[in-house]
Amino acid sequence: MELHQLTIHELQKLIQNGEVSSTQITRSVFSRIDEVEERIHSYIRLMKDEALAAAARADEDIKNGNIRPLTGIPVALKDIVCTKGITTTCGSNILHNFVPPYDATVVEKLSAAGAVFVGKANMDEFAMGSSTETSFFGPTRNPWDLERIPGGSSGGSATAVAADECIASIGSDTGGSIRQPAALCGVVGLKPTYGRVSRFGLIAFASSLDQIGPFTKDVEDCAIMMNVLAGYDPRESTSVKMEVPDYRQFISRDISGWKVGIPKEYFVEGIDPEVSAAINGAIDTVKKCGGQCIDISLPHTQYSVAVYYIIAPAEASSNLARYDGVKYGFRASGERDLMEMYRKTRMEGFGEEVKRRIMIGTYALSAGYYDAYYGKASQVRALIRRDFDEAFRECDIILTPTTPTPAFKIGEKTDDPLQMYLSDIFTISTNLAGIPGISVPCGFTAAGLPIGVQFLAGHFEEGKLLQIASAFEKNAAIEKRRPSL
Amino acid sequence: MKLSTQDVEYVAKLARLEFTDAQKEKFTVQLNNILIYIEKLGELDTTGIAPMSHAIAVSNAFREDVERPSLGTKATLANAPDARGEFFRVPKVID
Repeated sequence: MELHQLTIHELQKLIQNGEVSSTQITRSVFSRIDEVEERIHSYIRLMKDEALAAAARADEDIKNGNIRPLTGIPVALKDIVCTKGITTTCGSNILHNFVPPYDATVVEKLSAAGAVFVGKANMDEFAMGSSTETSFFGPTRNPWDLERIPGGSSGGSATAVAADECIASIGSDTGGSIRQPAALCGVVGLKPTYGRVSRFGLIAFASSLDQIGPFTKDVEDCAIMMNVLAGYDPRESTSVKMEVPDYRQFISRDISGWKVGIPKEYFVEGIDPEVSAAINGAIDTVKKCGGQCIDISLPHTQYSVAVYYIIAPAEASSNLARYDGVKYGFRASGERDLMEMYRKTRMEGFGEEVKRRIMIGTYALSAGYYDAYYGKASQVRALIRRDFDEAFRECDIILTPTTPTPAFKIGEKTDDPLQMYLSDIFTISTNLAGIPGISVPCGFTAAGLPIGVQFLAGHFEEGKLLQIASAFEKNAAIEKRRPSL
Repeated sequence: MKLSTQDVEYVAKLARLEFTDAQKEKFTVQLNNILIYIEKLGELDTTGIAPMSHAIAVSNAFREDVERPSLGTKATLANAPDARGEFFRVPKVID
């Protein structure tokens, strides 16, 4: 095994025993990047010099016995979290030259925990997409099949972990942008409860839905990352003042007697037969772990995509009004007056999908349409949340497929925005309700593409998610495979 | 069609965007398809349902009114496409 192939907890043991240094681990990760990055394109920007300097500092700390939760561990950051002094583009031309004057809270926390930042990972422009094809900097490819998309919007964060170009990474999830690429790339991805992780320094897409979370190689690593990320932040007004448990205590705990709800609305036409078979296998594994699977109903599931494609673009059209070529980022040249400068800057600075969503959102919020669109969607959102509240009176956990199909081909859905939106059908309602969700690998298709199972829990029950995900991972005995690159 | 090309032009103006004729036509078709899909919400009777705007119960987040350091002018202007002295510089606003 090469060092870049190991998990956080495996590397921590080696570090603690003095068997490897952070510099060795970091060099191993960068040699892997040299080998595969050209084919995958996980990163918009690599931070090799900064990483080696951070690794040298970590090695000093290790020598002095100052070992923190992530000391010396190479971590990738989605290019949507602000990094002080390091260009942060959000996958967009309009921010191609933006150098943040401060770090996002999660960046501060990871730094304080000793992490070594490898680079800024590729993503759909402003996190709007399900395939990482809308990035201004070009698409990312799925390491399991280079002709296919890795999912999105946090595609680069998922592929960097799947292809061993980092040990763990950070993504953001507004409608599935952590869980969907995690499933399609065969890694673990967790979207925390809204308010569990600070959004300070996260470039805003849809502020009532956005949440930051980790990608990791296994469930124990996910718990380690959550221990670092979670917690109240006085700089973020929606972050919640609530005690954070030690998430590692949930690893390897028994789930006997847990009631696991299987919502019938997630097993409908359109789901790929191989995905369906893998999910049935996952249900059997949960039973083997002592879980009791019961049928439940989330009756408003079929409306979630429609609700999402009003609320998210409406919030986005407001959030993205700030990109006007005045305070930071790109400004178009050759304008005659201020208004023309705004229009040209936004026309040249934003890509097509971002413009499409700004248009939907602006229309939905415009005079005469607000009640019919945003008002109605906010009411149905309440019904979707009520579905979950009622379901969690009957069960501890909900189990669903993460995605209806395995990874699709690059270019397959770019001309049909609605089909692209429907690929998030199983992940969107989680964000609308604000509950946490995790995607865990549960098998492969005959063609060798990864499939993910999603577990959902009530608000602030990330511990429960990690407990069942860890039990599942142990008992599922999914064959350990690596993409052949 | 719910949305005409004229509607697209009007919304673009509100959003400070501008499109070529070909783009306008493409967007008209695509936005109509999305709006038709969204219409399925009309099937639901939502009379008396309170709209939900936050995923969790939130209240105003107050803090003590104490002075804290800010970024300062230099750092604030560092990313500006055009700045002079202590100001952001923009094209002519009034003729």
